[in-house]
Amino acid sequence: MANLMADAMPDAALFAAVTDPANRADPYPLYARLRQRPVWRQPDGSYVVSGHAAIRALIFDPRLSSEDLPPTRRPRTGNPLKDFILNPIKNRITASHRPLIFRDPPAHDRLRSLVMREFSIARVLALRDRIAREVDQLIEACRGRPEVCLVSDLSYPLPVTVICALLGVPEADEPRFQVWATQLATAVEPDAHHDAEGRRAIIDAFDAIAAYMRDLIREKRRRPADDMLSGLAAAGPDGRKQMSDFDLIATAVLLLVAGHETTVNLITNAMLTLLRHPEELDRLRADSERAPQVIEEVLRYDPPVHFRTRKALGSITIAGETIPKDAPVILLFAAGSRDPERFADPDRFDPDRPDIQHFGFGGGLHYCIGAPLARIEAEIALVALSRRLVAPRLLCDPPPYRPGASLRGPEQLAIGIGGIV
Amino acid sequence: MTTEPAGLVVIGASLAGLRGAEALRQGGYDGPLTLVGAEAHRPYDRPPLSKHVLAGELRPDATRLPERTRLSARWHLGNAVVSLDRSARRLSLADGTALAYRKLLIATGAEARPWPAETGGGLAGIHTLRGRDDAASLRADLLAGPRRVLIVGGGLIGCEAASCLRDLGLPVTLVDSNSAPLARALGTWVGGVIAACLRESGAVFRPGTQVLRFEGDAAGRVARARLADGSIVEADLVIAALGATRATGWLRGAGLMADPGGLTCDAACRVLDMDGAPCPDIYAAGDVARWPSRLYGDRLVSVEHWGNAVEQAAHAARNMLAGPDDQRSYVHLPAYWSSQFGINIKAVGLTEGADAVAVVQGTRASRRFLAVYGRGGRSIAAVSFDQARWLPAYAEAIAAGAGFPPILDATDQPRIESAAPGFPSPRVAARSTEAVHG
Repeated sequence: MANLMADAMPDAALFAAVTDPANRADPYPLYARLRQRPVWRQPDGSYVVSGHAAIRALIFDPRLSSEDLPPTRRPRTGNPLKDFILNPIKNRITASHRPLIFRDPPAHDRLRSLVMREFSIARVLALRDRIAREVDQLIEACRGRPEVCLVSDLSYPLPVTVICALLGVPEADEPRFQVWATQLATAVEPDAHHDAEGRRAIIDAFDAIAAYMRDLIREKRRRPADDMLSGLAAAGPDGRKQMSDFDLIATAVLLLVAGHETTVNLITNAMLTLLRHPEELDRLRADSERAPQVIEEVLRYDPPVHFRTRKALGSITIAGETIPKDAPVILLFAAGSRDPERFADPDRFDPDRPDIQHFGFGGGLHYCIGAPLARIEAEIALVALSRRLVAPRLLCDPPPYRPGASLRGPEQLAIGIGGIV
Repeated sequence: MTTEPAGLVVIGASLAGLRGAEALRQGGYDGPLTLVGAEAHRPYDRPPLSKHVLAGELRPDATRLPERTRLSARWHLGNAVVSLDRSARRLSLADGTALAYRKLLIATGAEARPWPAETGGGLAGIHTLRGRDDAASLRADLLAGPRRVLIVGGGLIGCEAASCLRDLGLPVTLVDSNSAPLARALGTWVGGVIAACLRESGAVFRPGTQVLRFEGDAAGRVARARLADGSIVEADLVIAALGATRATGWLRGAGLMADPGGLTCDAACRVLDMDGAPCPDIYAAGDVARWPSRLYGDRLVSVEHWGNAVEQAAHAARNMLAGPDDQRSYVHLPAYWSSQFGINIKAVGLTEGADAVAVVQGTRASRRFLAVYGRGGRSIAAVSFDQARWLPAYAEAIAAGAGFPPILDATDQPRIESAAPGFPSPRVAARSTEAVHG
């Protein structure tokens, strides 16, 4: 599988190779081959888009839909009341209360503008101290050990704490969120295949978090605080609910799930990349002002999310291909961000690039809502790690990866250290 | 007469002039470069003048354009060119300076159409809004707390000013001869949305009539306007937003195809002489240029938009440095934006001659929509109200000559119904191509 001829055209097995865990550690040579045809029709009729220009055009194309989930189908029960009245209504409710990442305008725009208003820069900046305190504690906990696992010691627990603080989840309830976040993490993975047991676990976790959220929303309405959930749960200027409870729960769960593993990957990928480029780690240690550039380049060079799937609502002609109506379209963001047509020497990690227009946060109307928060979290974590870990070195390169090809990141990142300062 | 060496001279020191000069340097030209500007200011940005500057969020002198390249140029500011002698390759400036040139880039832009003197134009308190000094003096008058501001003309500038002034809490009346604002640019069907915004903002909108004349008080300050419908509007501050004419008066006698509607060029941005032959050493760009648009059947167009100034100037500069056999055609889909009444409006293409308009995404009622204009079954232009992200896809369809309506099967697409766009009949006075002065 890894035996690749860079100049060969894409073949039928190419995208399957991308999803093959054997290629998880370095999918970039596969992407280079895919880019030979920036828009490529797979034998199954889906399209893989890997060129920067084509991705950019498509994320702003109104014919691309994110409502690609099949509506929930409840099995026939034989009871006409259930089969013809109750379940169709339930199906409709399920379909109309998808989180906004799976919705198109106008519903998407309405929900997104409400969330954006509450996800304000002021609110994000107010989390700085909390993030810094948490990072310090997590690093402090590693004192006295000759090695740390970045994932379990820092990148994994940090984002859940931050999201809980943002939403307004009481600190005492955080451990439950850590568990739910883990259980739900695979639910948004576009290439995940769940067995019956796995599906059951996800549904149970969702039911548990939904029940918890319902209570918390009620509490926020009774005693509003300066947090996101209070803001979203508050009545609008007309005195009516701005968001239905279904939408509120779906949004809160989305923020937890979409904001968790992505941030884990961002911090882990960044540290992995810096450990592979020690001169850049030294420069960051000497000058923490470099952190934003480093993070932008990581978002281009080794991003947390590699692809997302959309659906063509009509036929779209692009880069010499015509994508037919209803075809699934896989936007391979991570390949676009390494397109030599767009970036000089794209496979080189270079935080001093003048023009890093990456797809690390996706793009278009579904551009990552949490981008400012992710940037701040990563910045605080990287600066602290670069300063406090003494003589850090990779103990295992490449590290083991989690199964996901889209939400791609190391499962563990073992770092040998000479101490903590 | 000075003895400056003949180099490249850019006439006009606004956006197109500056970007053109930068493109000359970026293109490798390292000889003498001169910029001549009628205004005393270094190049500044105009879009904020009718928005942030009026609102007091930005000082008029905080609009200076960033200079992106080291120009090493000689500047003549506050010193307009008064004549061009092509046979001697010489320019005369207002202060008597004579300036030799090897090649010229003309980017003199446009001038606000003033209110005629014979119907009150000389009164104090009647403003136009085109330059930085206009904005500063208008802002000063606004701070004095006018009893009522009368805006004549509901084009982009008139509407942006009305929106700003209502935000400042000033009483505003807007008079426009059409039934809706923005009628000439977008038609009354789309303009009706802005008419509703105007009224909701608390402005008095007086459609379908005209100001006949202004009358002043004893001190010579404007006091009221007499309208064609017989009514009187008491107003002590007036903004005449009547559109612009191209700054070509100084070319009288130069033997070029120039008139108040523009300076005619070929597709390569070379200025045409009276016989229609391109001058190999004189180029034009920006508002002043009138050029055959390939996307619109080689119709001569002149476009007063920011994006055109930037792109055309760079294109003309490129051709100025290229050999006679390497003159490339300028192909440009016009585009502009406006912000008013809290709405971000963006438009692409030319609506002239449109016979149909249809909302293709969103709804007009929600004021979030994208509408496309058609002509003879082709899509020729599109406008978005708070839906700008989709516009590039429509721009591409328009540039590719798509049918009307283009892009079916979009998200948030209503049942597409075509309407009459409601463009006013062409204004004879604004027609510019006929009378050519030589």
